[in-house]
Amino acid sequence: MGTKIVIEPVTRIEGHLKIETVVEDGVVKDAKSSGTLFRGIELILIGRDPRDAQVITQRICGVCPQSHGIAAALNLDSAFGIADKIPPNARIIRNLIQGAHVVQDHILHFYHLAALDYVDVAKLADYDGQDSNLNSIKDFIARGELGPFLPRYEGDYRLPPEVNEQAVAHYVKALDIRRLGHEMVSTFSGKIPHSVGVIPGGVTTPPTVDKILSLLWKLRQLQDFINNAYIPDVLAVASAYPDYFEIGAGCKNLLSYGAYDLEDKNPDLTQRKRLFRQGVTSADLKPGKLDITKITEGVKHSWYQNSSSGRHPTQGETKPEYGKEGAYSWVKSPRYDGKVYEVGPLARVAVTYVHGDPTMKDLVDSSLAQLKAPPSVLFSVLGRHLARALSAKYIADSMDKWLLELKPGEPTYVEYTIPEESTGVGLTEAARGALGHWLEIKDQKIANYQCVVPTTWNASPQDDNGNPGPIEQAIIGTKIRDKNNPCEIVRIVRSFDPCLACAIH
Amino acid sequence: MVNEIPVIWLQMAACTGCSVSLLNSASPTIKNILIDQIVPGVHINLRFHATIMAGAGEPAIKIMEETSKEKKDGYILVAEGAVPTATDAIYGVIGERNGKPVKMADRLAELAQNAMAVLAVGTCASFGGIPAGAPNPTGCQPVKAVLDSRNITKPIVNIPGCPPHPDWFVGTVGSIILNGLPKAENLDDNLRPLAFYGKLIHENCPRRAYFDEGKFAKKPGDEGCLYELGCKGPITYADCPLRQWNNGTNWVIGAGAPCNGCTQPEFPDLVAPFYEKLKDVELPVIGAYWASSKEDK
Repeated sequence: MGTKIVIEPVTRIEGHLKIETVVEDGVVKDAKSSGTLFRGIELILIGRDPRDAQVITQRICGVCPQSHGIAAALNLDSAFGIADKIPPNARIIRNLIQGAHVVQDHILHFYHLAALDYVDVAKLADYDGQDSNLNSIKDFIARGELGPFLPRYEGDYRLPPEVNEQAVAHYVKALDIRRLGHEMVSTFSGKIPHSVGVIPGGVTTPPTVDKILSLLWKLRQLQDFINNAYIPDVLAVASAYPDYFEIGAGCKNLLSYGAYDLEDKNPDLTQRKRLFRQGVTSADLKPGKLDITKITEGVKHSWYQNSSSGRHPTQGETKPEYGKEGAYSWVKSPRYDGKVYEVGPLARVAVTYVHGDPTMKDLVDSSLAQLKAPPSVLFSVLGRHLARALSAKYIADSMDKWLLELKPGEPTYVEYTIPEESTGVGLTEAARGALGHWLEIKDQKIANYQCVVPTTWNASPQDDNGNPGPIEQAIIGTKIRDKNNPCEIVRIVRSFDPCLACAIH
Repeated sequence: MVNEIPVIWLQMAACTGCSVSLLNSASPTIKNILIDQIVPGVHINLRFHATIMAGAGEPAIKIMEETSKEKKDGYILVAEGAVPTATDAIYGVIGERNGKPVKMADRLAELAQNAMAVLAVGTCASFGGIPAGAPNPTGCQPVKAVLDSRNITKPIVNIPGCPPHPDWFVGTVGSIILNGLPKAENLDDNLRPLAFYGKLIHENCPRRAYFDEGKFAKKPGDEGCLYELGCKGPITYADCPLRQWNNGTNWVIGAGAPCNGCTQPEFPDLVAPFYEKLKDVELPVIGAYWASSKEDK
């Protein structure tokens, strides 16, 4: 019998997640990922005005609301028969809103959620310099009440003092930068979290020159931070913790829906030209096509009635059954072609890379050259962090061009009527990966609404065939140095940037 | 000597949007709030907040429980999210005790019992919000209803909004630090601070003149009042039009979208559909258009 390690709650993620592992001879033999809060948003949507899906699904998650807003709007566009009629201005403004949101989210994740696994704030007690922020942290430490930085798992903080200091300074600076990203969202979307600018038919705010210039120069600050802090800091962490290129690989199957529409007339979201490509890939890094009919959600090990297991989201049901034998999570188990797939920045970066996108090839190849490492290292804890940073850069550098493509005075909205009966699908890439919304309308009301969300994929429990989910697979086989301070487990889990409010909804 | 004010931030049936909104606080910044002395001589000592704290698992729960015991009647409990109560409250748990999960409703009650005051942050904690929307699958209830049902009487302030503006939270905390716990006359019937929720959106809306003249937007992007596109400003108490959001960048109606009434106890069911005109509302008759032809409206 091995030793049980239970981490409940896993912190510095969004929402309520428990990880339970069994360790034998210092190695994880079994891992269970369990989501511990169910709200039933899909059930709450039934019977409502379809347009309200855009408002309500954003409330699935306050960290990634904008991506739900986009997925819902695409879903409604398709159900209303206007997916090929959205004006270019609206398409671009949607991209800008989503881009600013996702970039700030990536920065938030690395600095404010993940970094405390590697960066030692307490070491600033010895700071001997002139930076006022760092001196204020030194004062804070001297006062002796170190919440929220202590307690923590101890014993593996390896950054050299000057790199550590720099990272803490960037932790503080990143608070301002991510707030600036939210200001950019709000420029076209009113407020954030839970914004209002993206609606079926287009957007609510027409582009004006003052807004374009304001966003351009806020974007410059984000780009500067990505280039001169975020990416260098990821590489600095990588050089101090190189062993984290070797653990946490997981299932090595990656899926991306693609995101950031680059054309207007194609109603098929799986074929529409997008900045991030649609597709799948695996350990061999060969490109594969995306076929969304291959998606199913299993619930054998989730607290839902077994009768709903294995269905495509168009036929999906959400029927809670707490305490069901063999079940251990509120997260369902999405699978693609019956197999376990990881989604997220690593997946969309890798899929775009293997489909030969030249900008992405440059980004990935030059980073790997700096690390003197082959692409296979991307399947790891640090690989996910690197891919997230590259995702941020790729998006930010594209927003720059999109801003100047806006045409003040031209349409931003197309009118529609709500059909008596229809179906829809909305696919995009949230910060955390492939996000799909499916909708059925009857009598002009929502008859069914199913969301398959990035962390539904990543934090899923075992499927109907007993295959563990991506996070579970990434933990199993990991060597644990100290079972009282299981840094390895939380670092692996956080590399996925889990969002449990999203996963369960 | 710095006065340390311990804070426990408990997330229940929430989306973390309230916490993210607080991160957007512009002045003071979140760094000023958590690291610096928010006013000279006072430091907010955030002991437990699952989204940002370094620790995880047992050590994290331990600091929450120790704070509750050791700082009895000396800490602020911030409650984010509604409280699932259906089916013996099994829909939401946080942490374990003797290997068994602890229900959110029980955590809330335990932590509130020993707190100096409870701040229900966001519309879910204040009134139930989205997870309590029909058919309320998990029996979500507001914080106050759960505490009342267990006879726990503590000063409660509701700071609704989906999410609340960071200033509403920071302003309420600042007021407690500088002036003590809020008095009844500083709160409305829904326990919202009048300082932020004292006026209707409609009263301060920059598009109010359009309403008075009867000039209504017919579709998104149009000039005019958004009343016919579903604006709930006429029944919603909040200072959004004056305060603006995201460091003064914009706000909902500024972006050409109707207010959806998110600071109200009626949110979501009684203010939905969000894009349909308000029904059965008595509106103040101001301006020539309404005064001359109220019967026809």
